[in-house]
This record gives sequence, structure tokens and C-alpha cells, in this order.
Amino acid sequence: MANKLLSLENLSAHYVSQQGTRVVRAVDEVTLSLDAGETLGIVGESGSGKSTLALTMLRLLPQAGRIVGGRMMFEGENLVDKSEAEMRQVRGKRIAMILQDPMASLNPLFNIGDQVGEPLRVHEGASRSSAWQRAIELIRSVRIASPQTRVTQFPHEMSGGMRQRIVGAIGMSCEPRLLIADEPTTSLDLTIQAQYLDLLRELQRAHGLALIFITHNLGIVAKMCDQLAVMYAGRVVEQGPVSRVFSRPLHPYTKALLGSIPRMTEEREQLTAIDGQPPDLAALPAGCAFAARCPDAFDRCHVEAPPEFSVEPGRSARCWLAAPGVHRAAEQSIPLSRSAAS
Amino acid sequence: MTVTTPPLDAAATAAAPAGRTYKLWRLNGFPLIPVLILLFIALVAIFADFLAPYDPQIGSLARRFRPPAWETGGSMAHLLGTDHVGRDVLSRLIFGARVSMIVGLTAVLVAGGIGTLLGIVSGYLGGWVDQVVMRVTDTWLALPALTFAIFLAAIVGPSEFNIIAILGGIYWTRYARVVRSEVLSLKQREFVRLAVVAGCSKSLIMRRHILPNVINSAVVLATLMLGVVIVTEASLSFLGVGVPPPKPAWGLMMADGKKGLMVGYWWLTVFPGICIMLMVLSANLLGDWLRVKLDPQLRQL
Amino acid sequence: MKQFIARRIGYSLLSLFLLSVTIFLFVRVTGDPMTLLVEPGARPEDIENMRHQFGLDQPLWVQYWLFVSSFFTGDLGQSFYYRTPVLELYFQRLPNSLLLAAVAMALSLVIGIPSGILAAVRVGGFWDGFGKTFALLGLSLPQFWVGLVLILFFSVYLGWLPSSGSGGIAHLLMPAFTLGWYFAAAHMRLTRSSMLEVLGSEYIKLARLKGLPEALVIGKHALKNALIPVITLAGINLVVMINVAVVVETVFAWPGIGRLLYEGVTFRDFPVVQCVVVIGGSMIILVNLLVDLLYAIIDPRIRLES
Repeated sequence: MANKLLSLENLSAHYVSQQGTRVVRAVDEVTLSLDAGETLGIVGESGSGKSTLALTMLRLLPQAGRIVGGRMMFEGENLVDKSEAEMRQVRGKRIAMILQDPMASLNPLFNIGDQVGEPLRVHEGASRSSAWQRAIELIRSVRIASPQTRVTQFPHEMSGGMRQRIVGAIGMSCEPRLLIADEPTTSLDLTIQAQYLDLLRELQRAHGLALIFITHNLGIVAKMCDQLAVMYAGRVVEQGPVSRVFSRPLHPYTKALLGSIPRMTEEREQLTAIDGQPPDLAALPAGCAFAARCPDAFDRCHVEAPPEFSVEPGRSARCWLAAPGVHRAAEQSIPLSRSAAS
Repeated sequence: MTVTTPPLDAAATAAAPAGRTYKLWRLNGFPLIPVLILLFIALVAIFADFLAPYDPQIGSLARRFRPPAWETGGSMAHLLGTDHVGRDVLSRLIFGARVSMIVGLTAVLVAGGIGTLLGIVSGYLGGWVDQVVMRVTDTWLALPALTFAIFLAAIVGPSEFNIIAILGGIYWTRYARVVRSEVLSLKQREFVRLAVVAGCSKSLIMRRHILPNVINSAVVLATLMLGVVIVTEASLSFLGVGVPPPKPAWGLMMADGKKGLMVGYWWLTVFPGICIMLMVLSANLLGDWLRVKLDPQLRQL
Repeated sequence: MKQFIARRIGYSLLSLFLLSVTIFLFVRVTGDPMTLLVEPGARPEDIENMRHQFGLDQPLWVQYWLFVSSFFTGDLGQSFYYRTPVLELYFQRLPNSLLLAAVAMALSLVIGIPSGILAAVRVGGFWDGFGKTFALLGLSLPQFWVGLVLILFFSVYLGWLPSSGSGGIAHLLMPAFTLGWYFAAAHMRLTRSSMLEVLGSEYIKLARLKGLPEALVIGKHALKNALIPVITLAGINLVVMINVAVVVETVFAWPGIGRLLYEGVTFRDFPVVQCVVVIGGSMIILVNLLVDLLYAIIDPRIRLES
């Protein structure tokens, strides 16, 4: 644990309404870790808490949100304890983040050079001219042609793919140790997506960067990530190495997600969707949050929320089916009677 | 291994700071005080004949410029003092409420009626009707209401009826604008399209389907406009082109009061002003609340 | 872009046309226009002469043509009261109104913009509440009341400021504040809502993610974007201010065109009234056009979209 670049331990973040009556448990008891140079994919539906988790890591929750428990260890320091001024030293410099919509992420009134060079001026005290020069280099490094021309242009003069690369350049400018990408390819054309992912991989190799990919696209996870964490209703329900989770998913939700991907080689009449809706995070049920939609749920699931069970080193699932003793049965997806549960 | 829900720490349950100032005006959100004030003014206006101690238009020169009762020289006979021709200020204020209410409400209704009608017709029918109405609306909106009103008042001469007509004729443009844009979006809605497909005539659609849906905005706008109209009427009266003397209009009272201001006859100016202020503030607060209640989309008004 | 400019200018010309038609119709079509256009107390023969001169025995569109062409020759009639060409009077008084409006505008921006920013940045806090109250009062209180109360306080009771006339800064303070309060409220509201909208945008989120100090996030990234609609409005409001200053100028006896309008109405000097209204309306239409065109030129997004 001590060598890990990033280690989240039982992290919880809630949104509290103004009168204190409604509490949305957006992030609940999340435990994750990441090594330098590794890529972690965080997967889940909308509302699963994955984006909130990213904002929590950078302590940028909106006014109503607050961290209510747990630790965020980054390079040995607990980010939860840091002051706002200290966090500003972390953001953009040691941990960077890329947002989903590149057009909206760039300020329409300032030119590219200004926006790319800004982190350098703020974090490293670079002068205007040296920041400008380095901005040109950064634009070049994200594989955009003729950076000298581009650097004076405005965001709306560039294509979507180019803009996203610029956002990537901004993220990389101070050479962070960790880059969080929140759905970075969702607004890009398919053909551009592949190129962009390649670019990210190249940057990762060149800088020894750790990458967190927040996405709902399992294809990207398969291509880019070493580790995978599946989130549902604010909790991590399964995590582990990508190949292991894909070949042998433990949690019914993961199974359903994987099962719902249509494959070209299969014959199928209908697309499989998961029945039901994700629960209201302000009124979570007593037991497992997925129980209502789970095809394998049994009595205990509705009553008691399962903890994360470690199944192998580096692999865990938050499901009663993964509890020691019932592990074998989970492979066959047979619901057990209550007496068999330990 | 057991799972426990982490207890919310104190920080989590602390209430976020709220705008306290506004809470004073409201009781569970409903603007109680403004509504009470408006009702009070309306009642005073209706029962003016019974409430006012004196005739507002007759005064005695022997008793001019008496200060309010609590000052030296004042008396309980004239609670709020007398003006430059000896008329009782309180009575004039009471009857002035009637003038303000009548002018204000009527003008708002007239403007609202014309504006809503034109807005619906112009928005729904489109084409050259729309173009014409829109161009006129834009042009008339460009001219400041007060300037336009003064211009018209100079032409037709001041009288209570004329003022209502003028105010109605100026402010309909604001309704037309808002209603028209609502109609434009309503036109695209399913139930309107269904009515068209079912063969309903245009006038039926406008009456049955469009009108009820724009009433909300019209009402909100009406309450907001009430304040504006009253201020304009008061300003016109103050400038001498509004309600003509000797009728008691609050704006007119203030114009008269200006004469005595330099020598310290403050009550002639302050009291009518407070009345106007209360009425307008109440109308505005009520309008704001209605706006948020009836349709959050109207917040751009 | 060129198409946009051409179309926009076309709209303004149409508006000017409609304005002139409106004014023309209202004057000519209400009973006997001669009571307005001729001095009170003129002899019957003179009235007949004037009737002919104004072409009132001609068809309506000829009259309209006479009406409009007289503008182009700069002849808007003569003031009954002052016995000078109205246009001359107007331009004599205009600088005073400009001065008043400029100071009032400066006040309204100095008060309005910072308080709007503060209210947005600390939503629900003290400044937000204060700002809302200030704005509510500013938009509700009639200007003449504010002016009179100020006079009562500062001239009558405290004797600090003169209550009327023009002269030095002392004469300018109260009228400028009275005129400016309403607009300060409007500007404050707009700044606040514009700022709130901008603060919720993605690029502000990214600015914070970059680790920029809050002052930079707000002062550089948010401000420039948020102020665009405010500056636009302020530009238009400057001209509007000049035209709605009639009440303030009357209360404080400030010798601008607003007071000129008041005099025109009080002394039944109709050419004056007509002139002020015509020029006032045209001014506003033109400034709207100018602001729209400037906007198109300055905003880099529109500029390159040809």
C-alpha cells in the first residue's frame, strides 16, 4: 500500500441539501489504488458516482458536497487534510483532469497559447514568453501540425478532435503524475477516438503517467486499462485486473454490463438491457443497492449490504455471492438458500 | 466483515448559508406582507368614501400647510397635515389610492388584453401579420415608455381616461413579445399539432389550446407590470400630464409638495411617496414570487 | 457577416420609418392638429396660412412626405416659447444631458458591476441579500421620489448640496445618483445572473482543475465572458438614460433635454415635444444598431463566421 501512487480508502462524499434534510450518498466507501504508470478504468452508468469521485479526488465538489469519511493518499499525503491553498498546488500540477466536452472546456475568448501556457505561468512562475514557447511545444507534442499558427487561434477555429488534444496538452503541461480523464472520447467521432486514445497511451509511456479513465464504454477499458473498477450507486461493486474481470466477472452487475455488449460474432434477437432503474442516491435501500435489479439476488441481499470481499490478491467484489464459501457457486450463478450463506 | 454506514459528521448536517433578507418577506415562500399591503390599499380604495375624514378636493386656505399631528402646529383634526390649499393630506391619500388602483389595474388589463391577443395572433398565424406586429412592437419598445407617454399625453391632453388609454397603448408591447415567444414554442407541441390534424379551425385552436397555456405568463407579467404602470402614472402626474388636478393622484400630490419642500414642508412629499413605494414594492415582490411559482422558465422576464 | 450587417441595418431603417409614421399619425390624426402645431393665441388668418403651409389640406401621404423631408433639411419647427429653431434649442441642451447621463452611468457601473459579481460569487450570502434589496428598491422606487427625498435630506436638512441648477460637482451628485440608481439595479441584476451562468460553465471548471487561484478564475476567465451582455446593455442604456432623464432633470431643474421636454409640455410648446421624441427615438434605434454591429465585430466567434 505504501508504494502506491494513489490510494483511496473508504472514501465517502455526500451532497447535503440546504436544510440538511436530503443526503445524496454520491460516493460511498470507495477503496481503490493505483500504481505509477498504471491505467485504471472506472466504469458505471450515469449517476453511479464516477464523475463525483473524480471531483472528490481533486476536492472540487460543489457547495453542497462534502467528504464525510475516508482518506485519499496521493504520493503519501492525505488529500483530505490539505487546505485549499495546498490543493491548488496539486491541481493541474501533480494531478490533472480532462473533461468530456472540449468545446465547453476551453474559454472561447482567450487564444490557445494563453490557455495552454496558463498552468505553467501559475504553477511554475514561467514568464509570458517562455510559457508561450512551451505552449507551442506542448501543442506539437499532442500531434497537432503547425503549432505556431495554432497557438494564436481561438477554440472555435479548431475541430473537436483538435480541441480535445489541446485539453490534453493543458493537462500535461506541468507533467503531472496522475491524469484523470472523464469520458474524454464521448464527444468525439469514432475515427478520432482511436487516434486520441493512442495519443494518451503514448503520453503515458513517455512520462510514466498514471491514468484514470472514467467511462461507460467497456471497449475503451478493454483497450486502454490495466485495472478496472465497476461502480454502482456510489459504491465500487467489483474491481480487479481488466483481463480477469472480463473473463470471469463476479458481480451480477458486471456480468450484465458485459452481457449487454452486442458482439458481431453472436446471433442475438434483441439487445439485452438491464431491467429497472438505478436507485435514488438519497434514498438507498437497506440491503445491496443492486438487489432490486439483480437476477441472482436472494434474501440476504435485500436486507444487508455486502462488504467488499477480497477474492484474489488485487481482486474484489461487493456481493454476497463472492463471500468465502459461496465463491464456487457464484461461478455458476445459482442463487443459494439462506442457510448456505456463511 | 460488517458494513456500517458512516455516521454523518457535524459538518455534513450543517445548513448552508441562506439569504436571510428575503425570508423576512415570506412565510413559507408566500409573500404574505406584500399581498396584505395590496389588499389593504384595494380596500381603502373601495371604501374611500367612508374612510376619508374630509373631501379631498376642498380645502380651506386658512388651514394651509399644517404639519402632521405629532409635530408642533399640527392637530388631530388633520392627522397627516394639509397641503398648499388647505386640503387634508390623509383624505387625499385615501382617494389617491382609488385613483392609483383604478388607473393601474385598468391600464394593466387593457395592455394585457391587447398584448396577449396580438401576441397569440401574431405568434400563431405567422407570416406578414407576425412581421407587422413584431416590427411595430420592436419600434415601440425602443422608445422609452415615459417619453412616449408624455408625447401622447401632450397630444390628447390629460385626463384619467386618456392616461389609461395611453398606458394601455404603450405597455401592450411587452405582453405581445412574451406571449408571442411562448406561442411559438407551443405551436410545436404535440397537442397543438393534433388539433391541427383533427381539423380544428385556427381560431378554435388559438382560443382553446393556446390561450389557456399563455395565461400563466400573462398573469405573471401583469403583476410585474402593475408596479411599472403605477410608477409611470405617478411620474406623468408629477410632470403635470397625468391625472389632472384637482383629482387626488399621489404623483400630483408630490408635484404640489415640491413647492413646499425647500421650506421644510416635508409631509407633502414623503407620505404620497411612501404610498407609491409600498404599492409598487408589493406588486413587484408578488410578481417575483408568482414568476418563480408558476413557471421557472419565466425567470428571464 | 456582410449579410448580417446589411440585414441589421435594414431592420433599423424599417424601425426608423415606423417611428416616424407613428409620430406623424398620432399628431395628424387626433382631432385638429392645428391646436398643436400653432401657437396658442394665433389669429384665425394666421392659422389658415399655417394650415396651408403644413399642407393639411393635402392628402395624408403628401403630408407625411413634407413631414419627413423637413427633418432632412434640419427644420423641425420653431419653439413658440423661445422663438428659436427647435433643433438649435435641442443641441444647446444636449451636452448637459450627456454630462448627467455619463456620470450617472459611471455611478451605475461602479456600484452595479462589483456588487453583481460579489452577489454571484457568494450566492446566498450577505452581499447577495443586500444586492437583491438594493436592486429591488432601485427598480421600484419612482425617480422623482428618490430625488425629492434626497433634496429633503441633503439640501433642506443638511444644507450640503444645492437643490437645483447646474454648476459644479455638487450640483451633479444628487441628480446623477437618482438617475443612476435604477440602472445600477438593472446592471447589478444582469451582472449577477450572467456571472452565475458563466461560473457554472465547463471552462470555469477546467480553470479550477488547472489549479488556478480563485482570483484568477473569477477575475480573468469568468469576468470577461460575464461582462459581455452587461457592457452591451450599458451602451444602450446610456442613450436610454438621456431620454428618460426627464423626471430627474425636472426635479433638480437640470438644463438638459429632459427638462426641455417638460417645458414643452407645460407651456404647450408642441414643436419642442415632437423634436425631443423624434430625436430620442431615433437615437435609441441607432445605438441598438451600433451595439449589434460592434458586437459582431468584436466577438471572435461571430467575426470569423462568414
